[in-house]
Amino acid sequence: MRTQTMIRVSPVKKSIRVNASQTRAFEVFTARFDAWWPKSHHIGQTAMKEAIIEPRQGGRWYEKGEDGSECQWGTVLAWEPSQRVVLSWHINSKFQYDESVASEVEVRFIAESAAVTRVELEHRIESVDAEDIRAAVDSPGGWSSLLEHYRDVASS
Amino acid sequence: MTYGNALAALADPTRRKVFERLKAGPKSVGRIAATLPVSRPAVSQHLKILKEAGLVREEAKGTRRIYRIDPKGLGALRGWLDQFWDRALEAFRAEVDADTKRKENQ
Repeated sequence: MRTQTMIRVSPVKKSIRVNASQTRAFEVFTARFDAWWPKSHHIGQTAMKEAIIEPRQGGRWYEKGEDGSECQWGTVLAWEPSQRVVLSWHINSKFQYDESVASEVEVRFIAESAAVTRVELEHRIESVDAEDIRAAVDSPGGWSSLLEHYRDVASS
Repeated sequence: MTYGNALAALADPTRRKVFERLKAGPKSVGRIAATLPVSRPAVSQHLKILKEAGLVREEAKGTRRIYRIDPKGLGALRGWLDQFWDRALEAFRAEVDADTKRKENQ
């Protein structure tokens, strides 16, 4: 049996200040997730109608397509209203749902005053050391389609 | 653009051979060069481009540098997500401001 090694890259870290209380910043991020999430960034095959974070630990993070189909993105790993939310996101470099890529998005809401909240985001990415790179590079739907996808996304 | 680099990096036949040598497992520059009709400096140059494209990773082992495939282009994925979150969080901030205006007008 081939031993599997977890490969990690350094996490993506972001910090942003918003003019809202901690409670409202958390609400807009989660309950109004669909209002701000870029519509171009969906995983399902059809155009995205709505993106949803279910407001509870163990809840789903998913999208609804224009055709009524649903496409899972991940799971709510931690749900601490107004302070912190952690989402798993099984996404690979082809922007597809992929169980072998484990990524986690942790978002912390820190009150700087009654009206200003600092939002810190950390996206941790790791993957099992799979042999898929060959397929990813060699297949017709590999890097070239990924490149096309990126171009669509970047120019939208 | 990271993904464009990955595609362009593999368009070169020699570079593709260098990349394929790593499919069997991590290797040093010397070991890759030994199986190809190209010089070590040329192999190093190809590896540098593959690394910048997010296709391979480099590790120091003593005085040697060991190269391995970056599975699933995680480096490329990371680069893409780094830019993506800047954009998504700006959209989030804009929505917070829009939400504030809505509440003021109520």
